[in-house]
Amino acid sequence: MLTNFLFVGFPYVALVLAIVVSILRFTWRPFSYSSLSSQFLESESLFWGSGLWHWGILWVLSGHLFAFFLPEAILAWNARPLRLYLLEITGLSMALLALVGVVALLVRRFTDRRVKVVTSPLDLVLLVVLLYQVASGIDVAIRYRWGSAWFSTNAAPYLWSLIKLAPRPELIAPLPWMVKLHFLSGFTVILLLPFTRLVHFLVVPIWYYWRRPQVVIWNRKGLR
Amino acid sequence: MDIRSQVAMVFHLDKCIGCHTCSIACKNVWTDRKGADYMWWNNVETKPGTGYPTQWENQEEYKGGWVVKDGKLQLRLTSKGKFLQKIFHQPSLPTMDEYYEPWTYRYEDLFNGPEQDDQPTAIPVSKVTGQYIDIEAGPNWDDDLGGSPLYARNDVNLSALSEEQRLQLLSIETLVMFYLPRICNHCANPACVAACPSGAIYKRGEDGIVLINQNVCRGWRYCVSACPYKKVFYNWSTGKSEKCLLCYPRVETGQAPACFHSCVGRIRYMGVLLYDADKIEAAGLRPDAELVTAHRDLLVDPNDPAVIESARKNGVSEQVLKAARQSPVYRFVKDWGLALAPHPEYRTFPSLFYVPALGPVTYSVEDGVALNPTSTEEIFAPLDQARLPMSYLASLFGAGQEAPVRYAMKKMLAIRTWKRATEVGDVDLKVALAGLREADCDPEQAEAIYRLTSLCGFEDRFVIPASHREQAVEVLTNPLERKGAAGFGFREAPQRGF
Ligand code: HEM
Ligand code: SF4
Ligand code: SF4
Repeated sequence: MLTNFLFVGFPYVALVLAIVVSILRFTWRPFSYSSLSSQFLESESLFWGSGLWHWGILWVLSGHLFAFFLPEAILAWNARPLRLYLLEITGLSMALLALVGVVALLVRRFTDRRVKVVTSPLDLVLLVVLLYQVASGIDVAIRYRWGSAWFSTNAAPYLWSLIKLAPRPELIAPLPWMVKLHFLSGFTVILLLPFTRLVHFLVVPIWYYWRRPQVVIWNRKGLR
Repeated sequence: MDIRSQVAMVFHLDKCIGCHTCSIACKNVWTDRKGADYMWWNNVETKPGTGYPTQWENQEEYKGGWVVKDGKLQLRLTSKGKFLQKIFHQPSLPTMDEYYEPWTYRYEDLFNGPEQDDQPTAIPVSKVTGQYIDIEAGPNWDDDLGGSPLYARNDVNLSALSEEQRLQLLSIETLVMFYLPRICNHCANPACVAACPSGAIYKRGEDGIVLINQNVCRGWRYCVSACPYKKVFYNWSTGKSEKCLLCYPRVETGQAPACFHSCVGRIRYMGVLLYDADKIEAAGLRPDAELVTAHRDLLVDPNDPAVIESARKNGVSEQVLKAARQSPVYRFVKDWGLALAPHPEYRTFPSLFYVPALGPVTYSVEDGVALNPTSTEEIFAPLDQARLPMSYLASLFGAGQEAPVRYAMKKMLAIRTWKRATEVGDVDLKVALAGLREADCDPEQAEAIYRLTSLCGFEDRFVIPASHREQAVEVLTNPLERKGAAGFGFREAPQRGF
């Protein structure tokens, strides 16, 4: 019962809310979509906080997504121990970067007199959840080796079962609680996504690469 | 040929009295809000000085504007391929300390203070934190501080001067300063637009006003760094960038923007310029020494039939074409060669031009009476004896080239002498006329310049065609569909986040 609630009900609620609220927010309150950068108020510690956090988390996140979409590739890669160690060590060091980063961000939110002014309760909740997410991830990675292996055999099929609307929570039932908590806080991040500044991740302007440098808009002719 | 129209501007620096009325007019209309309180879309600086934000001209640090790299015009800030590397933290973004921390005073303490031996005082409190602050900087902190070691001496343009010139400029007996009012230049090749990864900033086709769509801006803050004039500001409260919108609701109805309208010195002119958008890139690739000419070549003759035809094809209305033919800006910039764009080497091709300040002209004085020039050499002698070295003005307005600045200054000196000869009569007319000729001028032009400089009324200074209501887009479609929140004017409370 509890398993069903936590690992079937909760993920669906989080996912559906994430999609629906993000879209609604984008159409009705586009003004609220912003990175809400606070660099203007404090730049030096943000350099370390934001830099380490983003570089770290983006690599870790890419790793998770890769293992989610191509679990077989990860298993094939891990066939040689040396390559497994390489992958795990890279992942772990990136996670450590992210950990240092998010701690720096949190400290900054509490200590800088100007940044405090633009810190909302949800900003703090988000940072704390992300801190927990990264810390629990590191803990799991160290204590329950090898994550890249069991993610591909247990977690990825479970997540896919959710996507395919045929949830199989039993796949992760045997995993230790620490791992399950890592899942749960992961779903919490997804739940927080549409309600917090995290929406900036949805509007990362990659199409800048293809855009012409100048933007001219005419009343009659539109964009040219 | 791709002819577009642009509302363009001339500021006549000799007339600016540094009263800051323009800044206040703008502040009261647009930036009297939380998060925008530190912004001065219009500010007036004392030059030589460091300006607002401090040392904005130092592009080694701020990385504003364009550079020619590998034969291509590129933003100094970042290349497209590498922009994501700098998004998490932008190394060249100025922080609030480079501007100033806005403050107010706790006036209510004057009324509510407890009974005590001393007079109550209104202590300064930060508009960011609400706490007491020790005020260390303001938007015009160096007002009138020509020659000061902290400000004037750190003016970026001084690097163009020799050690000797610098000492002379800063020595107390020959101190000199002038005012430089600044707004967004609504450039023809705006760096802010090109740098915005979200594509939130755009130039309006009809009048060339550059706006930020508040609904599309995501606070990546590239525009702030990329604008070499530091005229995009980050609203720290809403997490969006904002900039001067040239009071477009006023311009659309044929009225002058608030700063123009309120200008006490009547230094401001506004009119239409037609320019050839096809030539912008090629012009930007020209070496520094040719930039002033290249910029002027972009601005095309509104009487040329080919120009008119191309403009019509772009939908430029007859009224705008007519305004272009009467444009005071065209006369100052093209016909007379008196007005120059600030820092053309940034290659954004500003639509704001300055008539450089002639400043305190040093004639020789005998028995307390200034001696009038008796030869053309004497007319132009002040140019090289001026307290403000030509190389300084060349750094500010000529991309380091003295020739265009010298040309403008010479003409103004010649006209000054000519008017002295015709009005007061104590200068030999022949000498004055020879001066005019040497300055590439004639009595007719001198009279026109004199009139537009000194006797100009409202209609002479502002020739702004109202936008055509019958062509207004709202008849066809909701303008917000294309232009978003049209750069400004919230349809919802400017609230931070969700
Ligand atoms: C390529 C993708 C991303 C880009 C371009 C990006 C960019 C940014 C930017 C510009 C800021 C504002 C920093 C400032 O204050 O100046 C920011 C803040 C933040 N980002 Fe990202 N981000 C990305 C991905 C992510 C991801 C995947 C996460 C988390 C899962 C994340 C979490 C955060 C958080 C928590 C903050 C707030 C930091 C603070 O406390 O000030 N970002 N991001
Ligand atoms: S001066 Fe104005 S138009 Fe030009 S780059 Fe700066 S903000 Fe953009
Ligand atoms: S209002 Fe006019 S005269 Fe006064 S500071 Fe501004 S530009 Fe100069």
